[in-house]
Order: sequence, then structure tokens, then C-alpha cells
Amino acid sequence: MEEVKALGIDVGSTTVKLTAVDAQGKLIWHHLEGADPRVEDQVDHFFNLMREHGFDGKELPMVATGYGRNLVEQAEKKVTEITCHATGVYNQLGHGGTLVDIGGQDSKVIIIGENSQVVDFAMNDKCAAGTGRFLENTAGRLRVPLDRMGVEALSAAEEVAISSTCTVFAESEIISMIAHGVEVNPILKGLHRSLILRIVAMIRSVGLVPPLMLSGGVVKNPAIREMITQELGEQVTMPEYPQLMGAYGAALIALKNSNRA
Amino acid sequence: MSVSATLKYMVNVNIIGKTALGWQRRRAEHSTFSSSKWRTDILSEPLRIGARTKELISLHYLAGRYANGHRPVAWVTSGGPVEILQALGYYVLYPENHGALCGARRAVVDISTEAENAGYSRDICSYARTDIGSVLSGKTPVGKLPKPDLLLACTNICQTVLHWYRVLADHFNVPLILIDTPFVYDEAPDHAIKFVRRQLEDSIPVSEQVAGKTLEYKKLQEVLQLSKDATELWLEIMGRGKQHPAPLSVFDQFIHMAPIVEMRGLKTTVDFYSQLLKELDERISKGIGALKKERKRLLWDNLPIWYRLRYLSEYLAERGIAVVASTYTNAWGELAPLINVDKPLDSMARTYLYPILNKGTKYKLNTMRRMVEDFDLNGVILHSDRSCKPYSIGQVDQRNRLIKEYNIPALLLEADHDDPRAYAEEQVASRLAAFMEMLED
Repeated sequence: MEEVKALGIDVGSTTVKLTAVDAQGKLIWHHLEGADPRVEDQVDHFFNLMREHGFDGKELPMVATGYGRNLVEQAEKKVTEITCHATGVYNQLGHGGTLVDIGGQDSKVIIIGENSQVVDFAMNDKCAAGTGRFLENTAGRLRVPLDRMGVEALSAAEEVAISSTCTVFAESEIISMIAHGVEVNPILKGLHRSLILRIVAMIRSVGLVPPLMLSGGVVKNPAIREMITQELGEQVTMPEYPQLMGAYGAALIALKNSNRA
Repeated sequence: MSVSATLKYMVNVNIIGKTALGWQRRRAEHSTFSSSKWRTDILSEPLRIGARTKELISLHYLAGRYANGHRPVAWVTSGGPVEILQALGYYVLYPENHGALCGARRAVVDISTEAENAGYSRDICSYARTDIGSVLSGKTPVGKLPKPDLLLACTNICQTVLHWYRVLADHFNVPLILIDTPFVYDEAPDHAIKFVRRQLEDSIPVSEQVAGKTLEYKKLQEVLQLSKDATELWLEIMGRGKQHPAPLSVFDQFIHMAPIVEMRGLKTTVDFYSQLLKELDERISKGIGALKKERKRLLWDNLPIWYRLRYLSEYLAERGIAVVASTYTNAWGELAPLINVDKPLDSMARTYLYPILNKGTKYKLNTMRRMVEDFDLNGVILHSDRSCKPYSIGQVDQRNRLIKEYNIPALLLEADHDDPRAYAEEQVASRLAAFMEMLED
């Protein structure tokens, strides 16, 4: 493995991601696991893991991002997910545009300028509608595993309309549909549509600046990608590791700061 | 009016209250120890006028407590034409100001729940809910509010006031004066001015009858002059924010704006703002800013978030961000030139037609643009206030146009001016932090 020069950690609501970059800012190592409520313990465990992989994380510059960023004591700087995602994606794809990041707890639309700077952004409002949690909760009711949801939804020829964007109300709606004998896959497809329409509204509120890029754990779901393309008539591009872009951006910022110092 | 009520008022307000509060203020003014809980490592020492603000507000609510039976009492909306009532000697209470005070004291959830339990929806403005909840339960952080003998609602700030004051009129069984102000898209047509003027004229006999006295034209002119003087001073005070560093932030303005809203037309209000202006000029001559280190300057749109004033002020100050101007506080100053003492009713009709909330969204966008230029600002925070629909409508568009057409960074922040249940601290913090990072680029 090339020499690790900087680290980025993204303490998200659902998962925690750690990335390591070399002197050129190339992503050379990463680790991802479910978020532990004891962030400090989890970070300690990450440092042990790095030692096992032959490098000492404590000696390296590190930037933290995500909701739990302020709990990462080892990080020399805390930067928001907005800036980190923009930095990560820009470096991976090599251009600006509109980045849609769909995470477990929130979704963001970020307009990235020609020099990787954030020009504008919007985030979902206070509720979980338009986030990964919406699919997770509602699909849980249908007993479909998360990694199968997208494929199952796309396989449905029919689609039922879910009128509620609210996670709690949508769940009641699903229960009533099941009670009326509606098939699972058309409901799944309707759920995806509901989420996508929410995201599309957010993109439109900011104003789409092509190309359209996606990041975040939820975009691994193929139905999300396909339906966004359908709704906006715009092809989407994705980095190789969409879920790691926040942590990767954080590592790049750490690297840049250490070079500057 | 009763003799015993007058006696009680004189003793409790004029003798005990004034003496005790005056003493408290003097002690605070001469104390070298700052009792401020606000962080003075990033913010300058609080303005000395603060002691006077506290005295004025305390005295105002104390007077209210003993007003019934001694003076006629009117409850008025914040944009209501108050000068006729002041000239007739009314004690004037502003339920919206009381609501703001409840917000700052974190009493809103408790009081508003009383209204919600009575069936008022949480979608109604939190000021209205707080007021109705307070009326129904008697709960208030100021001890006791006087019962109104008269209600005056002016629709120049929103339509909610119309329904809210009808609830009050029904509850208290007192007359309600409604001043309906047609929406102004560009310039108010003559017929709109005549329409409002006629309503003002019609309000006089009702106000006189309740007060049991006749309106003196000269007294009305005097009150109007005092209103104009205070409003002009307030405008000048806000204008001092153009200095680098700005000697006062909008958080200071929010704290010291109560008199311009609820004590317009009084001599003490004019004196109060003269003193504040003097203090600001002292600060300017010494190069003292509201922030110890001012790096960026912003505009605030919409009402304050009363229950998180200190948090927001410190969060921003810590990052060197001074919020130095706001469309909201500006609303209580910008109409000063319209007040004409020689034509009291005509000029009042015009003045009360022109508040920012009674004008088109284009006017607000232009106001924001002008303020960004005049105050040399780096961006705008638009508080999307769940309670205040007329202020919040059009903000998404305004934000986008600020960014795209005028290249001014702008952030939409969702909250509520009074109800903390419609506010998510973590989300607000992450949006603010991302916006700050964007400004640094």
C-alpha cells in the first residue's frame, strides 16, 4: 500500500466511514461500518484497525465530517458534509455541477462551481421525508432487505401512488394497501417515486446546473438512479464509492491543510 | 375609572415601581461588574443602554398590571395605528411583543399548549397561540396582563390578526376596531389611502367613547411628532450598522426594539433612542464593534428566533460573522419620512399602508439588495418562519434571485420565531456551518 498521508472520517447518522489518501490525494484505503452511539469508542476502534493495517492514524492529519464530527477529538478540523462531499466528488469526477447526496438522515443538493467551491446548497427540511430513512422504515414494513429494494421496485410493472411524503403516514398508507391485497413490488416502486419526487423538488428549488452527480449510501440503489434520470431527463454520473465521498473529501481537506502548513 | 384603582396605580407604578426600577437601573449603570451571560470574549460588553431597556420594559408591564380601572386599556397589533389611542391616554399593550418576551423567556411551549388544548391548531402563528393561551390560562412571565377595554387590529402585517382579534373580542366582549389596509403592489392608489383614512376617522368616536374623553387635535399632533422623532432615531441607529466594525448587531437591535414597537408616541421613547444613538457614536469614535473581531457581515430577513437569540449570536460571532442589518427591524424605521404632523390622518393612512409586509415581494427583494449594498454585506440569512407566512412567502424565490441575479450568497433557515418545537438545532447548525464555509471560499 502507498504511504498514507491524510485521513478523513465521516460520522454519519447510519454509518461511519474512514478514508485514507496518499500524497496525491488518491483514495488508498477505507473502512465503513454501522454507526455506534458511542462515537468516541468507535473512533478508538478505528485507530486500532489502522494499526492492524500497518499505519498509525494518530500521527496523521485528519478532518472529521458528518453529524458526529464534533465528537472526533483526534480531528484537527471539523468541516460540514456539504463542503466535504463537494470536495470529494469534484476530485473523483473532475468537474462541478449539481451533486445530490442522499444519506440516511438527510439529503442535500449542492451546486459545485468550476473550482470545486460550493456555490449553493439546499437540504431536506426537518422531517425524514426524502432521506434513506424513509425507504428503510417503509420497506422494513414490507420485509424487503435494503439491498434488494431497488431491484424489486424496478421489476414491478405496476406502480401505486403513495400520497404521503411523511415517513410515518406513508407507513400507515402501506399497511392499508397490504390490507387491501396490493402486491409488494408496486408499493415499493411507489415508495421510491415518492422519495424521488421529494428530491427532485429540492433540486428544482436550487436550480439544476448539469451535469447531475449522485453520492451517499442510498444511491447504490439502482431504482433511485433510474427514477431520478426519468424525472429530470438528465443522465446521472456517480463516483466509484458514492458512500465514501464525505470522508474522502474530508481526507483531501486534511491533506491540503497539511501541505499548506 | 375608579379612585382605588388610580390610587393603587399611583403608589405601585409611579412611586414604588419607578423608584425601585430607577434605582436598579442606576446600580446596573454604575456597576463595573458585567452581569451579562453573553460571551464577552467574542462579543463586546453589552450596550450600557441595556439597563434602561430593562427599566422601560419592566415599567411598561408594571403599569399594565395596575392599568385596569385607572386608564383605558387597548390591545393592538404590532403594525397598528397607535397614535390616536396614545393621544387619548390609553395604556397600549402589544400581544405580539408580549409573545416575543414569552419566547425569549422560553415560556411559549407551556402557554401555547393552553391554546392548543382549547383546539387552536399548531399551524396558527405562535404569537397568536401564545396570546390566546395566556388569555385562557392567565399564564405570563410578566405577572399579569391588563384586560382590554378596546381592541385594534390592523391587517397591514397579516390576516391572522383579523381572526385572532375576533377571538379576543368574543372572549373579552369589548369593541374591536379593524383597520383594513389594502395590499400595496407598487404605490398606494388614492382610493386606498382614502379608505384607510375613513377607517381611522371612524375609529375615533369608538376610541373616545371607551376612553370617556374627546380627542384633542393638538395632542394627536404632539403624539405623532414623538412617533416620528422616535422612528427617525431608530432609522438612524440602524444606519450606524454601516460602520466597520458595526457598533451594534441585529441581535442588539432585536433586544432594544421593544420601545419603538410598543411605546411609539411617548417622550421616554425618544429620549431612550437619543441615548442609544449617543452610545453608538461613542463606540464608533473608539472603533468598538458589536463583535470583538468582525470578519464578515450579513443581513437577516424575517423575525428573530426569540428563544435562540444568544445561541445564534454567539455561534456567528465565534466565526467572526456580524449580522448587522435586518429587513425586520428596518420595518420600524423606514416609514419615518411618511409621517407628517400637519396632515395627521392622511399621513397615518399612508404610513400604515406601507409596511414591508403589506407590499409586494419585489419590494422586499429590492430592500434586501439595497441593504446588502448600503451596509457592505457578504450574504443574507433568510429565516423561513413557520409562523409568519406573509413574511416567509416568496423567500425561496428571493433567495434564488439574490444568488443567481445578484451574486449574493443566501441561506434559507427554517425555524419559527416563537415555537421551539418547529426548530431543530442540529440542522440549523449544520446549515449555518456550511454557509460559513461557503462564505470563506
